[in-house]
Amino acid sequence: MSEKAMLVDLSKCTGCRGCQVACKNWNGLPAETTVNKGSYQNPPDLSPSTFTLIRFQEMDDGKGGLKWLFRNDKCFHCGDPGCLKACPVPGCIFKTPEGAVIIDPDKCIGCKYCYHTCPFSVPQFCSKSEKMYKCTFCYDRQADNLPPACAQACPTGTLIFGDKADIYKMAHKRVGEIGGSASVYGDQYVGGTHVVYVLTEPADAYDKLPEKPKIAGSVALWKDVLKPLSMVSLLGGVGAGFLYYIMKGPKRPDLEEGGDSHE
Amino acid sequence: MKISRRGFLKISGAAVAAGGLGVNLDKVKAHAATTKITYSRETITICPYCAVGCGIIVHTRNGKVVYTEGDPDHPINQGSLCSKGSSLYQLSHRNENRLTKPLYRAPKSDKWEEKSWDWVLDRLAANIKKSRDESFQERNAKGQTVNRTMGLASVGSAAMDNEECYVYQKFLRSLGLVYIEHQARI
Amino acid sequence: MTNHWIDLRNSDCIMVMGSNAAENHPISFKWVTQAIDKGATLISVDPRFTRTSARAHVYAPIRSGSDVAFLCGMIKYILDNNLYFDEYVREYTNSSFLVNPKFKLPADNEGVFSGLKGTKTKEGYVNGKYDKATWSIQKNTDGTPKKDKSLQDPNCVFQLLKKHVSRYDLDKVASITGTPKEKLLEVYKAYASTGVADKSATIMYAMGWTQHTVGVQTIRAMAIIQLLLGNMGVAGGGVNALRGESNVQGSTDHCLLFHILPGYLKTPKASQPTLEAYNKKYTPKTSDPMSANWWGNYPKYSNSLMRAHYGLNTTLEEAYSYTPKLDDGKNYSWLTIFDDMYKGRFSGFFAWGQNPACSGANANKVRKALTKLKWMVNVNIFDNETGSFWKGPDMNPSEIDTEVFMLPCAASMEKEGSVTNSGRWMQWRYKATNPAGEAMPDGEIITELHYRIKELYEKEGGKLPEAITKLTWDYGLKMPDGKIKHFDSHEVAREINGYFLKDVEIKGKLYKKGTLVPSFAFLQADGSTSSGNWLYCNSYTEKGNMAARRGKVDPSGIGLYAKWSWCWPVNRRILYNRASVDKNGKPWAIDKPVIWWTGSITKWKGDVPDGGWAPLAAGKASRYPFIMKPEGHAHIFGPGRADGPFPEHYEPLECPIEKNPMSPQFVNPTVKRWDIKGIGTELDTRATCDPRFPIVCTTYRVTEHWQTGVMTRWQPWLLELQPDMFVEMSKELADMKGIENGEIVKVTSARGEVVAVAVVTPRFKPFTIEGQEVHQVGVPWHYGWRQPHPELKELRSANLLTPNVGDPNTMIPESKAFMVDVVKKGGAQ
Repeated sequence: MSEKAMLVDLSKCTGCRGCQVACKNWNGLPAETTVNKGSYQNPPDLSPSTFTLIRFQEMDDGKGGLKWLFRNDKCFHCGDPGCLKACPVPGCIFKTPEGAVIIDPDKCIGCKYCYHTCPFSVPQFCSKSEKMYKCTFCYDRQADNLPPACAQACPTGTLIFGDKADIYKMAHKRVGEIGGSASVYGDQYVGGTHVVYVLTEPADAYDKLPEKPKIAGSVALWKDVLKPLSMVSLLGGVGAGFLYYIMKGPKRPDLEEGGDSHE
Repeated sequence: MKISRRGFLKISGAAVAAGGLGVNLDKVKAHAATTKITYSRETITICPYCAVGCGIIVHTRNGKVVYTEGDPDHPINQGSLCSKGSSLYQLSHRNENRLTKPLYRAPKSDKWEEKSWDWVLDRLAANIKKSRDESFQERNAKGQTVNRTMGLASVGSAAMDNEECYVYQKFLRSLGLVYIEHQARI
Repeated sequence: MTNHWIDLRNSDCIMVMGSNAAENHPISFKWVTQAIDKGATLISVDPRFTRTSARAHVYAPIRSGSDVAFLCGMIKYILDNNLYFDEYVREYTNSSFLVNPKFKLPADNEGVFSGLKGTKTKEGYVNGKYDKATWSIQKNTDGTPKKDKSLQDPNCVFQLLKKHVSRYDLDKVASITGTPKEKLLEVYKAYASTGVADKSATIMYAMGWTQHTVGVQTIRAMAIIQLLLGNMGVAGGGVNALRGESNVQGSTDHCLLFHILPGYLKTPKASQPTLEAYNKKYTPKTSDPMSANWWGNYPKYSNSLMRAHYGLNTTLEEAYSYTPKLDDGKNYSWLTIFDDMYKGRFSGFFAWGQNPACSGANANKVRKALTKLKWMVNVNIFDNETGSFWKGPDMNPSEIDTEVFMLPCAASMEKEGSVTNSGRWMQWRYKATNPAGEAMPDGEIITELHYRIKELYEKEGGKLPEAITKLTWDYGLKMPDGKIKHFDSHEVAREINGYFLKDVEIKGKLYKKGTLVPSFAFLQADGSTSSGNWLYCNSYTEKGNMAARRGKVDPSGIGLYAKWSWCWPVNRRILYNRASVDKNGKPWAIDKPVIWWTGSITKWKGDVPDGGWAPLAAGKASRYPFIMKPEGHAHIFGPGRADGPFPEHYEPLECPIEKNPMSPQFVNPTVKRWDIKGIGTELDTRATCDPRFPIVCTTYRVTEHWQTGVMTRWQPWLLELQPDMFVEMSKELADMKGIENGEIVKVTSARGEVVAVAVVTPRFKPFTIEGQEVHQVGVPWHYGWRQPHPELKELRSANLLTPNVGDPNTMIPESKAFMVDVVKKGGAQ
């Protein structure tokens, strides 16, 4: 059994959003009611019913011309997942040997720690079911010898799924071919992500992409020292609540205002 | 790297090992082993949108569509699909917006009425015959034989199959129509 | 497409102009990307920076409606710099043919070609028609064309072209198109670099070229470029029209169009009283023994079609007499239909799988026309603006007498049959489920109607009943009542292919009565064969259903996949492929050969050649490569067109400048001008250089919706991605108008107004045209009023704005360049 990874080669994306719909189709996710607010990007962000999102971004090319960036955004499936470390519920977030990081909704208590510790703000809270949702790396398809739905749908070779070692090599080779400010993003961060980008622009040029993603230091403390303790008082939720407070401060409002169903 | 559905790298079994703090994987294993397409019937179709002609597999169970996906064996799309192609599932009977009954709107009426096929087809046939007989020209103003129906026109249909297009033009021309147009003109 | 989708990967330079392939034919970019990976250059020419532009090496902005000037500039660049493929141009095109010395170019004739008759106005000629006498080719005494292979004679096509395009210098072109000069040069240089034997370039175009009053001439200009560079017939080349609907290629091949019968045969005219007269008129002759003159086979195809329609129930002449005839010179196309309908000339109307209330140019005229009908039937899978026209926001149902039938039909996966893609591949698809609810496949509905009408005529009589009662309808097992129970698409596919109707011996081999004809080379003119469409003869033979084949091997190495489905004609994957080799049959591009000659015994290898004759070096045993032309040579000089043998720039019917920078002739002189008094109606308005409508507008599609949106607006996943009608505009224009991104605005034209969300973007930039700043906006045509937001009672369909004027050759409306204004509406989304 080998570790898997997905290449996201942004130099090839045409923003067709086959991946975005294929994700909904495989995962049976409902559509959101959206509004055109002057951008092709819709829904505006990841949500409990949108695990994969193409972000559209216009930018100057510095030579009087224009670039239109399309970024397939979804869970990075970190080698060292902050969400998993932060999750107070045993077995709720887990990692498969292939590298998928999965939230088990049956176990999720909706504490949102995973969201706050995720360097990419990926897990999303559903106010109806009061649980967190995100991309599963189509672990169920993988188990059935199928690539993730988004990768199968991608026409241009932007999304390529394969053995992690091959994908990492491919990413670096591709960056060499493109040259300029292209770079590999992900392999050096959070334990080596299982979704790696070939970026055509410097990382800080992209909306909502941290330049150097890392898990907050306090989470390490939580995982290594406090989490085993909290298990004891999990049923009461007291320890978890207390730890949430000392790490992140008061609870923030819901990430989304309803409208979708995860009953 | 080429990944085809059937040629996809074998991941041994459905085993999913624990990460983190000890996980009960029974549920995950069970889920992974039986996805919605595990026991589905696969039917080959071609995407109904643009004319690239991508292959799509329609998965059905008990006569119901459960999933649609790009056909990995198809040489043009090799399993890939755009957003429209990827949404074919929502074009199927699963879409509750589909028209499912013949509808009729009487002159001056402000509503649709549901009618039986027999009723609409009989009424339509009678309308067609009447329009044809009333407007049929055996000869034109110059006295040349033309055998055509001037009071009927048809537009469509690039969405039909070839066989339907052929019989539709045959049907229309037997009725004497000359005003026959479709999407290719616009 | 002369070539096909996978073949894009063989190209060295891909120009996407008049289309937006990454958005509207997204999977084409699988192959475009592969070409780029191998080093190809991708060029995007578009008024707006699109998702295609985002991946292009070169993006050149262009004002809508100026493509002819852009391309004529490229022709001039190729000729000035001797970048054309000399041997190809000399041998395979009509460049050496000598034209009538009386022929005049627009430069010497007030902006029009010689022979124009029409009304002269201050804008030049209107409603003109060419007398083409001076457009003739000089003939030798044996009837063959006079040629000057040195290409030096001032009357030869090559010299005339050179003279014609000499007016399209860079400054002029930049001033008309608004494309910066350096961008023009960048495009010209990249594209023209393929004028060598082993390189090819291709064009991906779509409605961005056809929907203009100079649509055909734009495509002609590109065809000329492809011929000059030797890019026709070769891998990675061709002229590739990206068809927009899954079976618009097939529906065109089967000719759901007024002017043609299946297989592009002509619809009979009143002046052709007999089949014999008809065949004589349309069967071209050639005096050159080396010209294949394929249309010389015309009567075999037309007579076989008569047999397919009426079988042996009638004589060929009877079948012909039942076939409706057009009046000579009259056009019965789309715009005419809705004009006539508006004038109350139709009682009944079929809108079968189409939504003309949104897709027709000047849609308000279409919508009002529907109120004049006694009855109409709309067949569709979703409710739409056409079937429900009577409850539109500005309609009063109590005043509308039209009786409307809306019939639910099966979706694509709910029936069995074939569709033909843009690359001419006929692909079989199967039935996955039963139709939703009581919906029926279109074929079943047509069959039911045919039977019911036939019964009425048998019972009651009526006008020319034989045309209906003698029609064959053998599409399934006949039950005791003489009717088929279910429409069997295989039976239709066989009829389309054609049968031997009696035992026929051909070249010593006997073909039994009732067997399927192997290919169109076996069709007969004597009534002994049938074929519903000669182009599809070979698609369903005694070997089976060729369209259903799924052979995945590609020994060609260039992606022909000859055993996957089937492609017309006779499974030839690249048209004009005899032009891909030199006179000895050796491929110009040895690393991507389409066909190659292996000697008189083993003959051609590779793709199915455009005729099996030996290469040109064989002299009289050979044939010139362009077999569909009577002289066998490709047309750089194209006298068949209504508006000139060479492309010439004319302004769109509505444009932002007061005169045509090229000549005193403002608009294409041969278009039918509905806006002129006495021709159209009060709704056929035009506003050019009108301060009320100062902004150029174009229409287009987005990836996430399809056509009028009748199928996609009802799908939540797609509506989520693109939820509403929008208008894209530059930041500069938005600033000028005080419009914020995301604000609701109104777009108005002389014909209507549309509510839309403003998408303010740097992807649109103002143009400088003839020294003035010109703004352009764009609107998708996917929306209407039925869904989403019927409660708003607002019209959001782009075609409410477009003018009803068409290209003089095709009558395709000019939906891609017209004038509008954009104003604030007030209120937030």
